[in-house]
Amino acid sequence: MAPIAQNQATEMPALLRMTGIGKQFGGVKVLHDVQFEVRAGEVHVLAGENGAGKSTLIKILGGIHGDFEGRIELDGTEVRPKSPLHASELGIAIIHQELSLIGPMSVADNIFLGRMPARGGFVVKAEQEKQATHWVERLGLDIDVRRPVEQFPIAIQQLIEIAKALSQKAKVIVMDEPTSALNKPEVEKLFGLIQSLKNQGCGIVYISHKMDEIERIADRITVLRDGGWVGTATASESPVPKLIQWMVGREMSEQFPRHATHIGSELFRAEKISVFPQGKTCTAAVRDLSLSVKAGEILGIGGLQGSGASELFLGLFGAYGSAVQGSLFLDGQKISLHSPRQAIRSGVALLTNDRKATGLVLSLSIIANATLAGLPRLTKGGWCIPARERDAAAATTGSMRLRAASLDMPVGSLSGGNQQKVAIAKWLQMKPKLLLLDEPTRGIDIGAKREIYQLMNEWTAQGIAILLITSEMPELLTLSDRIMVMHRGECTAEFSREQATPEKILAAAMGSVTANPKN
Amino acid sequence: MEDKPNTNASDGFKRLILSPAGRAFMALALVIIVGGIFNANGAFFKTETHRDALRQMSVYGILACGLTPVIISGGIDLAVGSVLALVAVICSKMAIHWGYPAVVVFGASLAAGALCGSISGLITARLSVQPFIATLAMMVFARGLAKYASGGMKVSPVVLGSDGTYHNVGIPALFQNVDHWILGENVSVVTIIFAICLFVAWLLMARHKFGRYIYAIGGNEEASRLSGVPVVGIKTLVYAFSGMCAAVAGICQAAQEQQGDPEAGAGYELIAIAMVVIGGTSLMGGRGGIGLTFLGVLTIGYLDKILSINAVPEAGRLVLTGIIIVIAVLTQRRQRT
Repeated sequence: MAPIAQNQATEMPALLRMTGIGKQFGGVKVLHDVQFEVRAGEVHVLAGENGAGKSTLIKILGGIHGDFEGRIELDGTEVRPKSPLHASELGIAIIHQELSLIGPMSVADNIFLGRMPARGGFVVKAEQEKQATHWVERLGLDIDVRRPVEQFPIAIQQLIEIAKALSQKAKVIVMDEPTSALNKPEVEKLFGLIQSLKNQGCGIVYISHKMDEIERIADRITVLRDGGWVGTATASESPVPKLIQWMVGREMSEQFPRHATHIGSELFRAEKISVFPQGKTCTAAVRDLSLSVKAGEILGIGGLQGSGASELFLGLFGAYGSAVQGSLFLDGQKISLHSPRQAIRSGVALLTNDRKATGLVLSLSIIANATLAGLPRLTKGGWCIPARERDAAAATTGSMRLRAASLDMPVGSLSGGNQQKVAIAKWLQMKPKLLLLDEPTRGIDIGAKREIYQLMNEWTAQGIAILLITSEMPELLTLSDRIMVMHRGECTAEFSREQATPEKILAAAMGSVTANPKN
Repeated sequence: MEDKPNTNASDGFKRLILSPAGRAFMALALVIIVGGIFNANGAFFKTETHRDALRQMSVYGILACGLTPVIISGGIDLAVGSVLALVAVICSKMAIHWGYPAVVVFGASLAAGALCGSISGLITARLSVQPFIATLAMMVFARGLAKYASGGMKVSPVVLGSDGTYHNVGIPALFQNVDHWILGENVSVVTIIFAICLFVAWLLMARHKFGRYIYAIGGNEEASRLSGVPVVGIKTLVYAFSGMCAAVAGICQAAQEQQGDPEAGAGYELIAIAMVVIGGTSLMGGRGGIGLTFLGVLTIGYLDKILSINAVPEAGRLVLTGIIIVIAVLTQRRQRT
């Protein structure tokens, strides 16, 4: 079902045209034959699920991925951005979600970083400040450009980043989820700015996961899915249901076996949970969220980037210390989890979504990693008993069908799938009651994925309750017994396995009011 | 798809040579060969040369035993030289002036060292101050305390009596026993103490969960924390252990000098760190070991001895040592691919 490419009639010449764009990472094709164009004075929204290829496309445009297939034309001439600096010289400015400003440096220094007005190698400060003031004033900002950037709130920093782009005479400005850190009035200000940028003839690429924003500012919309181009349409031609259809509309070719379930009584309940990753004075990543899961049940949590699901897991696991509000009940008893140690003792395990950064100690052996969480129980008076550790590690990694030449190998030398199995083995070692799995199949091959699905069936059969975050829709739909959808830290919908459809889930994940039963 | 070590059996020897231990051993062998060539008319082949070399490197070696766990945990301890001086002063006061029994002196010294280390450790681990800064502060603080406790003067057996004349109260038994040759005058007691420190540190690092946690924290602190490792407690204990080793070194230093010098041990921390690093323990944390540190101590210790028996003046010795440390660390760096 290939949607028809629409609106190829060119009322206006394209400012930027990308055709046949492809990109591989180590043999894996993440982008193939993508086409995308932006006209002067247009806001072109780039939409798609997590992993659809939006960031890769933007990184190619921004010169971060210098070697790609295909052709990029800017004002009719072919260009190949080789580096971020080259891209900005070409007139392409990218405003990333993580701002690229240098906190302790002044606003003026940041705007002119790498191209400051200089005489004989010395920065002409007065000139730089005058020009910087000019650019920030154009955005309606009244700030002292001599102050360090880090003293301003994120919203202002975002505008400073835009001022930087303008000062580079950018013709194409890419904004990657620019509103994720903004409040309502700030969003209005940004939209006003986008309007004036349009009037000045800039082409704007806007990436967003929020339906209401897309409906409001898009002139045209392009949807990517699984690294491929799905379609491009003008905003008036693409109402929300069609867009969602485009984004999820894959054939369910892979059916994952979720065996007959053995769901018992309620095992874990969380009431009115709020999580403050940056401390209680900052904004909450999760607000007043309640959930419960039964023994042997898998509760899937759907959501797009910034939904707060990962923060919810870290908060439940005690990783933010006491920066979590709400009540937790395990086996009917009220528990408090203010540190990972407490959580582990209570029988809660967390598989983080980034095994290299937060899951494993890559320099240590498989045995040391697999026994890290349960080490005290394998030692005698604190002294290690190597044979006992080896047996324990062999038992859990064996049950996970880990394939490695030796259990003494450092985990860093294993393949992604096997690393993930070691990360999971660490938690099986301590016989958990509740497993929090955050993207358990991220970055592993299909064979290893199937094995992990199989294992999840085995664990629930043993009465373990699982909370599962996954950004892969087929996984969410087929593995979950129940599905909860989060959007910006709140639960926007809950479905039984039978009710759930990709369209309903995505609509709720994008905060669509129509799918929100609670509003 | 099976993951295998990316080397096969035929180049097992190459792997051995390229392993951290292999590299550290080669560096030591190189130094020994240099000693064999520049043997200062056969002086390098005499037993006395070696027992003296071992005696001279022991104090540094004891410091290195304490520093190794710190560095493997991803930290650094700059305070060990000052803690050495503080303990040298305290134990000299207690043993020489106040005549306390050896057990009490030894216990109080260890407690003082552990206390200094725990304070550094708590500042680093609980208050999240960078270890470089926290231990730099302790380095200055402990040096000041040593000068304060000693009144700015060396604590020696020559004391001013009530009658206005100086008299010698004698060297206490503790110092005599530590600064002593045993086994037919072939081994210094200080070297034996170094060997004991090596063994204890090795036991903790290789055979106790404490050591496992230290490697885990140095390899990936966040993953360790999320695996339930008590990061704050372990880090504090690591610095406490380093402080205790510095205390043992302080007793040895005082015994050898037969006095408590508040200026003792200045710059020792850097030599001890060099010994740890030259052995192949990574300053980035997570990799290394006590065995490697032993090889590093021997390498720098022997290097210094060979230069001194060849009558290279101190200026030249320092310059050469600096160059050799850089070369050794550059060869170590290739081990991580």
